[in-house]
Amino acid sequence: MSKSEFVYTTYIRTTPEKLWHALTNIEFMKQYWFGMHCVSEWKPGSPWHMQFSDGRICDAGEIVESDPPKRLAIKWRNESKPELKAEGYSLCVLELEPHDGAVKLTVTHSVDQSPSKLIVAVSGGWPRILSNLKSLLETGSPAIARTIDSRGKTA
Amino acid sequence: MVADEDRVFKALADSSRRRLLDRLRERGGLTLGELCEGHDISRQAVTKHLVLLEEANVVVTKKRGREKLHFLNPVPIHDIYMRWIGAFERDRLQALHNLKQALEEDQDE
Repeated sequence: MSKSEFVYTTYIRTTPEKLWHALTNIEFMKQYWFGMHCVSEWKPGSPWHMQFSDGRICDAGEIVESDPPKRLAIKWRNESKPELKAEGYSLCVLELEPHDGAVKLTVTHSVDQSPSKLIVAVSGGWPRILSNLKSLLETGSPAIARTIDSRGKTA
Repeated sequence: MVADEDRVFKALADSSRRRLLDRLRERGGLTLGELCEGHDISRQAVTKHLVLLEEANVVVTKKRGREKLHFLNPVPIHDIYMRWIGAFERDRLQALHNLKQALEEDQDE
């Protein structure tokens, strides 16, 4: 079956525990995810969703694997745009590996469909989020602090 | 880690390597063999370029069976964007906002 996939990595000078916390804590997420955040208990089988700053849900699914602070896999479907929702579930895997005093964070997002509008949509968002997350963990402040609501407007 | 940016700039400072990145931007998950197709340079040279691109983290690889798949990783280039351009974005947006307001006020008069 043809597949759409991207793999992004970044090296962050932090510990796997702090990075895991940054990836799963609501208040922390809001700081680098442009006001958006995810809600879940982060255990295998737990429901998961991501919401805009105005509360509307953009993506939803469930946690497939959770091995803190090493690996997190999320079954992920878009809920805000019909043409993206129609593609069904994608899989987002986050891997954290200690590397030379830093942590290598790898994000792999894939769907069994090619081409995929969902993958195009999420592939544009991740680099901004990862740059912001790196800046926040390394310097204490995000590179760009602003929020985006469900209409795509920035504040 | 301080030398990260040096590696990225070095990786980008070569037209063959930028062409490889363009190929991966069009389609991710290519093997070495696929990346060599349509390139007028040797397989050995492509391999050398890929090592530099991987060291700079602008290309990441994933194993699938015996194959090694290559993906473009835009994150380090985005970090550079954030450092030199992103910081000005807010001012630019503010400037556009002020301009729009000034022009609209003119029209109201």
